[in-house]
Amino acid sequence: MRNHDTDTTFKASWKYSEAPESTSHVQIKKQYDLYIDGNFVKPVKGKYFDTINPSNDQKIARVAEATAEDVDIAVKAARKAFKSWSNLSGRERGKYVFRIARLFQERAREFAVIESLDGGKPIRESRDIDIPLAANHFFYYAGWADKLLYAFPNRNPKPIGVAGQIIPWNFPLLMAAWKLAPALATGNTVVLKPAETTPLTALKLAELIQQSGLPKGVVNIITGAGETGASIVNHPDVDKIAFTGSTAVGKYIQKATAGTHKKLTLELGGKGANIIFEDAAIDQAVEGIIDAIFFNQGHVCCAGSRLFVQESVADLVIRKLKHRMESLIIGDPLDKNTDIGAINSKKQLETIQNYIAIGLKEGAEIYQPKCELPKKGNWLAPTLFLNVSQSHKIVQEEIFGPVLAIQTFRTIDEVIEKANNTPYGLSAGVWTQKGSRIFHLTQNLNAGVVWANTFNKFDPTSPFGGYKESGFGREGGLHGLKPYLKFE
Amino acid sequence: MNRLDIQKTYKLYIGGKFPRTESGRYYPINNRKGNLIANVCLATRKDFRNAVVAARKAQSSWAKMSALNKGQILYRIAEMLEGRKEQFIAELIVQGETTKNARAEVSTSIDRLVYYAGWSDKYQQIFSAVNPVASPHFNFSNPEPVGVVSMIAPEKQGLLGLVSVMAPAIVGGNATIILASETKPLSAISFAEVLNSSDVPGGVVNILTGKKEELISHMASHMDVNAIVYCGNDEKHIKMISELASTNVKRTIFYRRNDWTHVECESPYFIEKLQEIKTTWHPVLV
Repeated sequence: MRNHDTDTTFKASWKYSEAPESTSHVQIKKQYDLYIDGNFVKPVKGKYFDTINPSNDQKIARVAEATAEDVDIAVKAARKAFKSWSNLSGRERGKYVFRIARLFQERAREFAVIESLDGGKPIRESRDIDIPLAANHFFYYAGWADKLLYAFPNRNPKPIGVAGQIIPWNFPLLMAAWKLAPALATGNTVVLKPAETTPLTALKLAELIQQSGLPKGVVNIITGAGETGASIVNHPDVDKIAFTGSTAVGKYIQKATAGTHKKLTLELGGKGANIIFEDAAIDQAVEGIIDAIFFNQGHVCCAGSRLFVQESVADLVIRKLKHRMESLIIGDPLDKNTDIGAINSKKQLETIQNYIAIGLKEGAEIYQPKCELPKKGNWLAPTLFLNVSQSHKIVQEEIFGPVLAIQTFRTIDEVIEKANNTPYGLSAGVWTQKGSRIFHLTQNLNAGVVWANTFNKFDPTSPFGGYKESGFGREGGLHGLKPYLKFE
Repeated sequence: MNRLDIQKTYKLYIGGKFPRTESGRYYPINNRKGNLIANVCLATRKDFRNAVVAARKAQSSWAKMSALNKGQILYRIAEMLEGRKEQFIAELIVQGETTKNARAEVSTSIDRLVYYAGWSDKYQQIFSAVNPVASPHFNFSNPEPVGVVSMIAPEKQGLLGLVSVMAPAIVGGNATIILASETKPLSAISFAEVLNSSDVPGGVVNILTGKKEELISHMASHMDVNAIVYCGNDEKHIKMISELASTNVKRTIFYRRNDWTHVECESPYFIEKLQEIKTTWHPVLV
């Protein structure tokens, strides 16, 4: 143990051969149009934008930019499709969704590669987490379609209508699945907009949906940036908005839909507390800290971005954490050895770098492992900040990158107070071997998801969503049906 | 022999105490003949903010009381109200209700309290789930109170309206600040006396009287309020509340119905609307 703790020569003694995932079976067109009413159509204004591989700055494809005119056409298509789709029996509706799940599984490898190309996440994650979870999400909700009366007995659940869904760039396909699967199973029709930096897997999904034979207009997928999203939010014939993204945009949407008939669910930012008690299994906890903050380059709304370590074990945990960080492999997202991929966009890289500068300016102590970063593309070494307090900006604000702020604590009451002292309330982690402490913490932390002796786990059956400024509504599980239904 | 009646001074109810509004302002409530019944406090933003502080202070310990205990306290409110039934009927009549309606409103209010008392240790089982995740974890979701809730009580039924929105909020472990019916505020303050003698900890329910136009914007925008319930159908109010609520992603709940008599006006879904769902994961492999 001791030798291991002080061993900093890990890099020198091990050398990994490259193990790149092949891209030969992947089909990406040069240009993608909008998927509206069952067809790929050119945008009315004829504008396109490039989608870039963040790991090497290379252009992958050109993608249509939908304007308000296109949004209107898409909403009309969804409205037209709603009547027959919502009247279809749950059994038949479910079969379509099952079919989509199966098509996904068949093409899982292709989707995984494209996800990593377009978004920069390690292939290990897109292959083992994003894509299988997305497929499972469709499979899970497919089965609900003809069982809604059992989920909500005596309440006569009915679909809401046309759902406008706006999703982020951190889990592009998984978020599409989180949005589409419950909406379709409950009989709604959809206009979905993926994020502008990661549109490809959603567009490949559009191809897959076209192949599945889903009735025209039930799912429409349109691409564009914030303005396109705003056009969806403000379209008068949209009945429901489901948004995943930043708290700032979420507040804008809540304000914009005020006084309208639109139903709203928001899954917003977070500043998750990851709490390590002195009796925790320390090696597992260190692994958990790594998962909590460096999973998907820290582009995770529920990331454990605030670490609280009990004072008596702080030195040990931090030493082990630094040691573990030395062995993280940062580089080509398509390499199966890679732990940390590319930062999703230039803009996000700048945001994170700006927070690092603020952290330094506010007097925090920085630690980054010695690692070589690729020359081209958007890269950032995993980063720790020590000697921070609750008042530091890097402790209060969501950075959405691989940057961890570490504080220590003495008592359980102190750490609960500190963990809850944030406008956010999405996730928290607790590491201890003591069962009563786990239940005490899960009852007292203001967070929608609490991971005890684990972190960043997701499942289609498990409701996910925030308290306070992290949003409202749940996705996943039986609770995830509710936002797409109205009751009498 | 003529005896001069003792009239009651109607004050606010904040943190388990009955203060006058800090502003010293009032508005008169008259009976049908136009005679003064009472001068009622015109609560201000400051009074509201004080009430939020009291509610926040009370909320977590109230939520932590056992479900059984909360149920018994709600039942106790019903007992206290039953004992003062005649007073409440008389007060409603003075405010313009017919005798028949006043009697019905008071009985329904009492029964509604008993109804929600019974839910205190049951709604959790209706809204919880054990989630069969694919990985080796034990995973469950359970409801928790949203926290501090500001409420604009229904206008038409000064007692029943207030009881109908208050009971599901507090039985779910929330603390509330309630703006009473503007035109029929007397029952609300008398009801505060019932609360005060029913083992409801101070600060769990705070009741203000005053003008909607003055107070709603503060009730919707306060950064330490987690949710707002608005009863009424003024679409201007609804839009303003929704907009201001976005400053801290407040949950908004709008009840447009006027009449809270019917049995559809009570259900566990009124409780559910002021609950969050929390999901907890733990590995099962040793």
